[in-house]
Amino acid sequence: MTTTDDDLTRLRTRLAAAALADGTLDVAYRTVDSPVGPLLLARTPAGLVRVAFAVQDHDAVLQSLADAVSPRVLQAAAPFDDVVRELDEYFAGRRRTFDVPLDLRLLRGFRRTVVSHLPEIPYGATASYAEVAASSGSPRAVRAVGTACALNPLPLVLPCHRVVRSDGSPGRYAGGDDAKLTLLALETAVGAAA
Amino acid sequence: MKEPFDRVVATHGATVLRVCRAVVGPVDADDAWSETFLAALRAYPDLPADANVQAWLVTIAHRKAVDVVRRAARHAVPVADLPEHTAPPAGRDLDLWAALAALPTKQRHAVAYHHLAGLPYDEVATVLGGTPAAARRAAADGVASLRRTYAGPLTPEGAAP
Repeated sequence: MTTTDDDLTRLRTRLAAAALADGTLDVAYRTVDSPVGPLLLARTPAGLVRVAFAVQDHDAVLQSLADAVSPRVLQAAAPFDDVVRELDEYFAGRRRTFDVPLDLRLLRGFRRTVVSHLPEIPYGATASYAEVAASSGSPRAVRAVGTACALNPLPLVLPCHRVVRSDGSPGRYAGGDDAKLTLLALETAVGAAA
Repeated sequence: MKEPFDRVVATHGATVLRVCRAVVGPVDADDAWSETFLAALRAYPDLPADANVQAWLVTIAHRKAVDVVRRAARHAVPVADLPEHTAPPAGRDLDLWAALAALPTKQRHAVAYHHLAGLPYDEVATVLGGTPAAARRAAADGVASLRRTYAGPLTPEGAAP
């Protein structure tokens, strides 16, 4: 008896659709290609909950979502149409802010405060870790801001790539230093052309 | 710590599909597979961390297969002649399915759960009810019948011989 991969692919798509309709799909995920490498996108019924770069190990990220949110995790493309469209527009230089619904449940306390303030840094601009610490109400918590940015569950959408060192050098990035440079260069070029 | 359900589907999806095809036939197997994994997804958060996932899935598949067969019987319309052909799926061994379909239900189940899903006889007995010895006998009788009625190779790919 031959069990073909095509049959299983079709059945898994059908399962994801049924689970969505049934309300039992707690975490939907998919991957998309981007100029900064393959991105993992994960979504709960409340909104986008996780964006992860390939260097963050997508399997490990899925396991952490199973632990922190729910083990009811399935691959499903349909729930991400709006996110994928906005990301495409962003990378094409036609979008400066994201307005898909977000689920911030992976963020607590100071990390949540810091990450929630990130969209205040305008497109094409940067802020230092010290400035973000000040705007988060804890001017001395510069290192904690660095940690909050490194652990940002929603990079790109909540723009931690706009947070740089006080001397203007880019600093580290969860998606890799090259990814940070790519994003900053994109925003500078588009901002200058506007 | 429980792995994402997607991994469960990736690991066991093919085996459960083979079992569904053997138990309900190629036409209804898709429905049985889908209902099995949807029910498993619902129950997954409550599954004990040390559970035997494959045995758990086969238990659900068994229940769903029984449902599917029961539903098909309810909707069946008696016809004078069998249809000429029922869209034979490419590359599938229809003779083996025909031979499996001809087995008594309990033998077919025992063969599928032991030889296709690889469950030991005590697990097969848990799924089917009855003793491990009875499950072993049913599977042995089923295989003996298959040897008489089916000319092709009897060791399915990926399953224990």
